[in-house]
Amino acid sequence: MLGQVVETGFAAKTAMKARVTVTLKSGILDPQGKAIEGALRSLGLAGVSSVRQGKVFDIEIEGGDPAQAEALLKQAADKLLANTVIENYRVDVLG
Amino acid sequence: MKAAVLVFPGINRERDMARTLRLVSGREPAMVWHADKDLPAGTDLVVIPGGFSYGDYLRCGALAARSPIMEAVRSHAGNGGLVLGVCNGFQILCEAGLLPGVLMRNENLRFICRDVYLRVERSDTPFTRGYNAGQVVRVPVAHGEGNYIADGATIAKLEGEGRVLFRYSSPDGMIDPNWNHNGAINAIAGIVNEGGNVLGMMPHPENHVEAAIGPTDGRGLFAGLVEVLDRAA
Repeated sequence: MLGQVVETGFAAKTAMKARVTVTLKSGILDPQGKAIEGALRSLGLAGVSSVRQGKVFDIEIEGGDPAQAEALLKQAADKLLANTVIENYRVDVLG
Repeated sequence: MKAAVLVFPGINRERDMARTLRLVSGREPAMVWHADKDLPAGTDLVVIPGGFSYGDYLRCGALAARSPIMEAVRSHAGNGGLVLGVCNGFQILCEAGLLPGVLMRNENLRFICRDVYLRVERSDTPFTRGYNAGQVVRVPVAHGEGNYIADGATIAKLEGEGRVLFRYSSPDGMIDPNWNHNGAINAIAGIVNEGGNVLGMMPHPENHVEAAIGPTDGRGLFAGLVEVLDRAA
């Protein structure tokens, strides 16, 4: 009986994975990126010409509709995950 | 003056602020928890103090700006009510969209904690009537993200409308990159919104108000507010 309840609950719930990537807009000074760039050079890793740092959010979404998930995550990015004065974002619904 | 000081998890300057408000106005401010939905009835000044709300997670001030009490602050400001945000409070006001722009990492990547000099740009505002235009005041800063930036159009608008109230300067009031410790555009230390009733500033005027401790240059800001609000009451 218990097993049946758990299984039904699980089967009814579909989930998708998605990733929101937030990066600084071009032209916005990124002192942290610059510091990382300097540290990479000091490690002797030749060939690194520039570093810009950003953020990645891995998010699980209830439901199975990718279009709906993308719309939801765009809202999440506009409202909180990114500050669109200085940052761009990209939403990838991975399915 | 009926001041309300907002308290968020991770804020640590709220008691300094409350002490200064009590000292200068003679009245105890209300301490208002971030999860509350309303400001105390009759609040005429909302103060968002400094600290590290939510541990500066995501971006400085980003999570506090979306907390329940901020809706009440938004409507208070919308009705012309006075709002003062200091340090993290300035960051929260920017994240809430009540002030334009962003406070970025200090140009030298260091947390800077020391006294700085500010040139007061105008005295005809509720926040600066306790000073003269052009006066230089000495107040402390303590921040890692105080480097103000905004897009060119926003900066032009702020400057054109005289909305920069404080700039980092030399002791004799010269604007010079050597005295702009965090690299802010146009040495901007404090700005007001379009209505002139919301001020955000990185330095801490509340920490320089008692002669027993040191300089008292911060007192003018609070004394000016008391004068405006007690006259209105």
